Amino acid sequence: MEEILDRLLQAPPYSLEKEEKRALYREALSRLTRRHYAACPEYRKILDALGFDAQADYEPEEQPMLPVRLFKEYELLSVPRGEIVKTMTSSGTSGQKVSRIFLDKVNVKNQTRVLTEIISSYIGRKRLPLLILDTRLALRDRSMFSARGAGIVGFSTFGRDTAYALNENMELDLPAVREFLQKHEGESILLFGYTYMIWQYVVCALREAGVSLSIGEGRLFHIGGWKKLKDQAVDSRRYNEAVREVLGNVAVYNYYGMAEQLGSVFVECEHGHMHCSNYSDVIIRRPADFSTSGAGERGLIELISLLPTSYPGHVLLTEDEGEILGEDDCPCGRKGKYFKIHGRIRGAEIRGCSDTYERH
Amino acid sequence: MREINIMTNLEKYNEAFTTTFGIGQDALEELEYQGIAAWDSVGHMQLIAALEEAFDIMFDTDDIIDLNSYKVGKQMLAKYEMEI
Repeated sequence: MEEILDRLLQAPPYSLEKEEKRALYREALSRLTRRHYAACPEYRKILDALGFDAQADYEPEEQPMLPVRLFKEYELLSVPRGEIVKTMTSSGTSGQKVSRIFLDKVNVKNQTRVLTEIISSYIGRKRLPLLILDTRLALRDRSMFSARGAGIVGFSTFGRDTAYALNENMELDLPAVREFLQKHEGESILLFGYTYMIWQYVVCALREAGVSLSIGEGRLFHIGGWKKLKDQAVDSRRYNEAVREVLGNVAVYNYYGMAEQLGSVFVECEHGHMHCSNYSDVIIRRPADFSTSGAGERGLIELISLLPTSYPGHVLLTEDEGEILGEDDCPCGRKGKYFKIHGRIRGAEIRGCSDTYERH
Repeated sequence: MREINIMTNLEKYNEAFTTTFGIGQDALEELEYQGIAAWDSVGHMQLIAALEEAFDIMFDTDDIIDLNSYKVGKQMLAKYEMEI
């Protein structure tokens, strides 16, 4: 796997075209499946029960997929426990079981390298002054790292002189924000936060206060669920407009990724399309029989990542619904599949996103 | 004679590690990323901030990722024209 990744890291992150990608994924995913089959007893049991012969090579659609909720029920590792350096948890809503994802050094490093390639393709390689639209407190409790804290730390690599916009009570710290913006006046600013928390604690707070920060040039990356926003009839267009209204001249990039597959994230381009990079792929499946859906047909989202080596998470079936919009032909020029996410399927377990915040 | 209190670059470099991670000098030589609990991803960004402030430099994103041990960091600083 290392040589495949090393080779990919030499190329721009949205450069693989359909046929080339299919051939590469056939080889890489088959290798990953064999690796996890040999190293993870639970994964082996599942494949054996399915009568799956891990020794052969398969097309990406034929690879066995694990439902994401399996990571809540079982501790799935493909390396000795002593080599685990980080355990990621998905931040489920209280009372629910959380996923536990076990990462060794190599897996952590590859996640960071790939996230860097993807994000740098949008913002360049120069580190920009970074304003986190969250509280420092999200970094608490480092041994069991929540997806929320990990997202912040992961993003910090792209920034410098990092400041936090919310205080410990999740209130906008306007003096701190103004001081930060004044200090970096005339510079391009990077902003990061979670979709719903930005709306609730930054956009709504600034609106209520009647304040616009008038940022001269900024780029905001946000991640997280849309459910609560949909309830308030806020779609991505309204969201982006409202953000620009209170923050200023800010390009807004929504991205999508799960605690179960950190690193190989999906970013929405300027045409509003979520993009697979060279490191990830998406397959849509019909809920009735799990056959693959055609373009423009809604179904369950299956996520594929080349990164998971210390846990068997390379092919996952999510509980999100989405549709493929096209492949290799987005007007933005990025190669690979692009898609749309419709949200959690009905009847699925209610799952917290990184942007849940419980009031105590 | 008064002692002149100017830190050498090596002392500054060491201090960034010892204060960030709360460890002693003797632990430094073999220190690696993820080798101790304090040097995790959060600790790493704190170390980067401490080094950048101590030497008034700005690391490239790639170097932040590559700086995975005390020894590697020393060699890396040469790239930023710091003799250690």
